[in-house]
Amino acid sequence: MNIHEHQAKQILKKFGVPIPEGVFGLTVEELLEKCKSLKTNKYVLKAQIHAGGRGKAGGVKILDNLSELEKSAKELFGKKLITHQTGPEGREVKRLYVEESSNIDKEFYLSCLVDRASSKIAFISSDQGGVDIEEVASKSPDKILTTKVELKEEISDEECETIIKIFQLKGNSKNEAIFLIKSIYKMFVKTDANMVEVNPLILTKEEKIICLDAKVNFDSNALFRQPEILELRDLNEEEPAEIEASKHDLAYIKLDGNIGCMVNGAGLAMATMDIIKQYGEEPANFLDVGGGASKEKVSAAFKIILSDKNVKGILINIFGGIMRCDVLAQGVVDAAKEINIEVPLVVRLAGTNFKEGKEILDNSGLKLISAENLDDAAKKIVEAIK
Amino acid sequence: MSVLVNKNTRLICQGFTGSHGTFHSEQAIKYGTKLVGGVTPKKGGQKHLDLPVFNTVQEAKEITSANASMIYVPPKFAGSAIIEAIEAKIELIVCITEGIPILDMIKVKQILKNSSSRLIGPNSPGVITPEECKIGIMPGNIHKKGSVGIVSRSGTLTYEAVAQTSSNGMGQSTCIGIGGDPINGTSFIDCLELFFKDEETKSIVMIGEIGGTAEEEACEFIKREKIKKPMVGFIAGLTAPPGRRMGHAGAIISGGKGGAEDKIDVMRSAGISISKSPADIGKTLYNKLNG
Repeated sequence: MNIHEHQAKQILKKFGVPIPEGVFGLTVEELLEKCKSLKTNKYVLKAQIHAGGRGKAGGVKILDNLSELEKSAKELFGKKLITHQTGPEGREVKRLYVEESSNIDKEFYLSCLVDRASSKIAFISSDQGGVDIEEVASKSPDKILTTKVELKEEISDEECETIIKIFQLKGNSKNEAIFLIKSIYKMFVKTDANMVEVNPLILTKEEKIICLDAKVNFDSNALFRQPEILELRDLNEEEPAEIEASKHDLAYIKLDGNIGCMVNGAGLAMATMDIIKQYGEEPANFLDVGGGASKEKVSAAFKIILSDKNVKGILINIFGGIMRCDVLAQGVVDAAKEINIEVPLVVRLAGTNFKEGKEILDNSGLKLISAENLDDAAKKIVEAIK
Repeated sequence: MSVLVNKNTRLICQGFTGSHGTFHSEQAIKYGTKLVGGVTPKKGGQKHLDLPVFNTVQEAKEITSANASMIYVPPKFAGSAIIEAIEAKIELIVCITEGIPILDMIKVKQILKNSSSRLIGPNSPGVITPEECKIGIMPGNIHKKGSVGIVSRSGTLTYEAVAQTSSNGMGQSTCIGIGGDPINGTSFIDCLELFFKDEETKSIVMIGEIGGTAEEEACEFIKREKIKKPMVGFIAGLTAPPGRRMGHAGAIISGGKGGAEDKIDVMRSAGISISKSPADIGKTLYNKLNG
């Protein structure tokens, strides 16, 4: 689960990580009122959306006084920001954040995430901060340091020193950086974070270490034990159909094509999308109905697929294991009673109870095209929407 | 021979009396698996499916001499259930549960490292040696005894490969679903090592998906190994949009690594024939061996 920068910074602050003073607002008026408490000669205005690359898209502005701030805030509020992470449709700015400006001396990069290969927690640090870190990683990998740490109560001083060595800090700022690493580690473990990324982490001219930006996301599987984190979810940042899907515990991602897909299992769902593309069409979505889906869940999935107006045909591909084909079939029939299906429907059932499933569909009076196997199913749906 | 499980495997089920545990235990018994009991805390002493229920894995092991366990415990408690099985020195632990918090799995891995147990999964469809032992949620009837070893990160895609290698007559020695989560107990490499040594396994199907570097690491291993067997591979996710989560936490493309194209290239360079379509896995393998 993703959260906003201002939320991420509040969590970091709670764990003792230094951040610039800042205020946020859901309206321009609220923002300006709160800004009066800031003590700074320059204001940094930042659009809050769940996507990176805001700076280049005009979502970050440095302003000299409150009247300039008001003007820029009014311009930015409600604007659609298009960055490399939002897709071409962009993301509307619905909340703004203002921070006191900092006197930057040096910029670093720091992140913390789970390393799958070693099953450890990895810190990535670099003295090349404030830039596209992926480009740094590909062009000059020697500027990037990865340090792997075991999961435990507390990270050691030695490990912290290894992580920050690349920053070449001295004296008090070095101690501050060690404390910062300890705080981030603690936060990571205590909040079930998936990733904490600070870019840039800065050394100020006053020799203070501060996080100027923060991207944090959390392990969705652990939200049951993180009620405070769950409260930070911003539904404005999610596709309405994806929100509806998550209510039914369905993994659904909207895509740009015309063929709606309902599949069980993420791997088979991706493979089904791949084979549609091989036959020259594009999938309209990724949808994994999951293992022990009920007929209510199948019915909800069906409605979500049809809520996408681009869908010209639907391919149902179920290889029953934990999922029973008869349950799937009943869910489709139930959904069809409530909504009028005007697009072609190709169904391929295999595995657990596929005969019972086929019978339910055959006796339902629904107009559908039966497919023998995956290849046959893909061919038939592509043909049907022509 | 076969790998991991056979007709002598003595299995218990953790989460035995729950709905999933019950349904899949019944299926396992029907298939001929030697299920010898189950574990559900506070229900010890009862009978379920005509088998004894125990409070702890330790107790179940002592009384039934079980050497394998399948876990259907809900995600909140599944990490502890795995650790309990490791501490009871169960040789093979198969965790079907999907959605275990990743930090819980890191803890499991730390304990697993210094143990004598092998963990398959989590988020795994299970392990099956056709006509001998079925541990997991796969539909038993699509399998056929034979010579293909199948190892996969995806559940239902494995069934696809199974159905195709059954219908062309090749059949399977053992099928292992290593699970779709970013951290799992047994890797592609571990399974390939077993298949390379197994006489019954004449060829191998390896099914991967986007995200992580498990397939790349497996290919490095294949290149180093002296024993080689004919292999066919498939990678799901060629059309997945970058940077989006695809249901499995494992399927995240990050930092330009773990893309489908990269994986396919690496697999080809290790001598693996790639099936472009998920519908051609069986055909590609058959042609490789007979063409």
